[in-house]
Amino acid sequence: MTIRHGVLDAKRNNMTQTTLTTFDQTGFDAFIESRDEPDWLLSMRREAWQHASEMQWPERRHEEWIRTDIRAFQIGKYEVPIASGQTGSSIADREQVHQLLQDVELAGSLETVDSDVVSEHLDDSAANRGVVFGSLARISKTHPDLIRKYLFTAFDPDEDKFAALHAAFWSGGQVLFVPRGVVLERPIHIGSILSEGGTDTTHTLVVLEEGAEATVLHEYNGASTAASGLHVGAVELIQQPGSHLRYVNLQEWGHKTYNFAHQKASVDRDATLQWTLAAMGSMLSKVNQTVDLTGIGANSQVNGVMFTEARQHIAYHTLQHHQAPGCRSDFLYKAAQQDKSRTVWRGMIKVDKDAQKTDGYQRNDNLVLSNTSRADSIPGLEIEADDVRCTHGSTTAKVDEEQIFYARCRGFTRKEATRMIVSGFFQQIFDRISIESVREALAAAIARQVREYE
Amino acid sequence: MTHVLKIEDLHVNVGDKPILRGVDLTINHGETHALMGPNGSGKSTLGLAIMGHPGYEVTGGKISLDDKDVLEMDPDERAREGIFMAFQRPMAIPGVKMADFLRHATTNVRRPDRKEGEELIPMREFRKELKEKMSHLRMDVEFARRYVNDGFSGGEMKRAEILQLAMLQPKFALLDETDSGLDADAVRLASESIAEIGQGKMGLLIITHHDKLLEHNPPEFTHVMLGGRLVETGGRELADELHEHGYDRIRKAYPDAEAANQEMLAEEATA
Repeated sequence: MTIRHGVLDAKRNNMTQTTLTTFDQTGFDAFIESRDEPDWLLSMRREAWQHASEMQWPERRHEEWIRTDIRAFQIGKYEVPIASGQTGSSIADREQVHQLLQDVELAGSLETVDSDVVSEHLDDSAANRGVVFGSLARISKTHPDLIRKYLFTAFDPDEDKFAALHAAFWSGGQVLFVPRGVVLERPIHIGSILSEGGTDTTHTLVVLEEGAEATVLHEYNGASTAASGLHVGAVELIQQPGSHLRYVNLQEWGHKTYNFAHQKASVDRDATLQWTLAAMGSMLSKVNQTVDLTGIGANSQVNGVMFTEARQHIAYHTLQHHQAPGCRSDFLYKAAQQDKSRTVWRGMIKVDKDAQKTDGYQRNDNLVLSNTSRADSIPGLEIEADDVRCTHGSTTAKVDEEQIFYARCRGFTRKEATRMIVSGFFQQIFDRISIESVREALAAAIARQVREYE
Repeated sequence: MTHVLKIEDLHVNVGDKPILRGVDLTINHGETHALMGPNGSGKSTLGLAIMGHPGYEVTGGKISLDDKDVLEMDPDERAREGIFMAFQRPMAIPGVKMADFLRHATTNVRRPDRKEGEELIPMREFRKELKEKMSHLRMDVEFARRYVNDGFSGGEMKRAEILQLAMLQPKFALLDETDSGLDADAVRLASESIAEIGQGKMGLLIITHHDKLLEHNPPEFTHVMLGGRLVETGGRELADELHEHGYDRIRKAYPDAEAANQEMLAEEATA
């Protein structure tokens, strides 16, 4: 089944407009007017908007925002995502825009431009086995019971103002539902493209029923490396017992893009999750990434790669929440910083009182490549159970001159030695990723970023 | 023409402290030299200075390879000219496989004019050669897939250094205690390997405390370093004497050098 929506203009022409339809009451009314949605969904949006308008912007003294300064951020500069119906040629070159499609045969794919679904596809073989995949707005109408059951169960619209704004304005999202026992051998690809100056409020909902298996390759791409834009997004990954999910998220927004996101997985008994993310783009990112381990024997592995440059600021607040006994969570982020960029990682392993026999691990390694870049790395443990094994670690270092000298004694130039050491730093995380095309795409993304260091 | 590595009146400081205080040493291609001396006398410093370690400042003297001024070269240029050092404590490079590291190194050394980014030795050709050399050194092929010196035992590190020596085939090789930290069997294997790879085929400078290595690699010249100077040079019999009787005679015969050596040891201890 392939559905072609009106292909939207990748670059909306706002030049003639004097005022933007932005994130205020007028903007919300116009947004609601543009939606052809069931009442239950509209009332969820109205409630969220009510909350959003009552909530304050995050204060700088709040622990989560103390290192992330958004005083320069003006939401009024961005339009709310209303489908314009104009057409363009944005997806003609999707093979070029996307990084994760190389040599991959897909079971389904979906593409949005500025939060408008422009194409979606699911193989008949998957659809015939009860798999539901595609536009969240469309499926809210065709499968209202399914969406009502799961939407916002792994996402809290009241977590902060960005969460509330997302709940009110989400658009162009996608849902993947894999029924009990169904194994999707081939991956699903989701491409979220942001045009110059555009707004993306995509919402991702993945539900794997008991024993189901799937791989989702999700990438966020900007119109260009320099593109501006706004992303206020959310990801919900819901895994029932014994299900297996590999979720890959590659973020390459343009370097003038603001990115605010809440991403959570809820992993039940004996289910496994491998969540790999690469945060390469955006000017400022503030992401909350949470894995809830809710049933005995749940197992999660989180891999994160960040490589920042210029004045990029990428902040991740992560939580591995052990709510049930005998669960395992394994977490590794590796980040390199150059120029005047900065990364912030604040991680927490939280172990509830009943979560005995927890095996929790978190580690963040940073390679600081310039004197003016910076890495803040703050691991944390909060343990209420008494029979657990939790370890954490954090390293922040520069490229070791002794390593460089050793390599030079073997004929490497200084630049070659540095490049090799930086690639090696990230190789350790690639070794954990079980999807070859993803490993290759990430290695290529890293290689593009590595400079000729003096 | 026989290649010659020539060191003349070499003075080297670490920080503001003098370590080498006038070293003269000439090694012809094909010769084996032993460099001995008590701890802290400056043996490793000589090796690192010849390689161009940025922390070792040459304050006087010359190093030349044939008619080229080695002190003018960056460390990688020295490697490409055919100077090699087996490190006493090699650095780990996590995430970089031995095979990839060696392929790049071998390409650069064999093609000294190679520009950055140019093709490396073809994979197939390189793998074949590496496999042969490894089996010769009785190394498991798995070794090539491990990360450079990462989590290696002392013995594995030394064997990895010998493998690099075998692949890079330098004109001159400085072996800094390539036999230390090894058990008897491993020392024998290392000694035999070095003899096979290097003896007569390159100029060897062997820094060692053991006699096993020299048994398989009998030196034509033995140099004794004390207090940053080569105080005595002899043949193989000098190495034998030092193994048997230690450095007491030397320390007494050269009181000034001995005083300098004690001073350097004391500074090292307080540093």
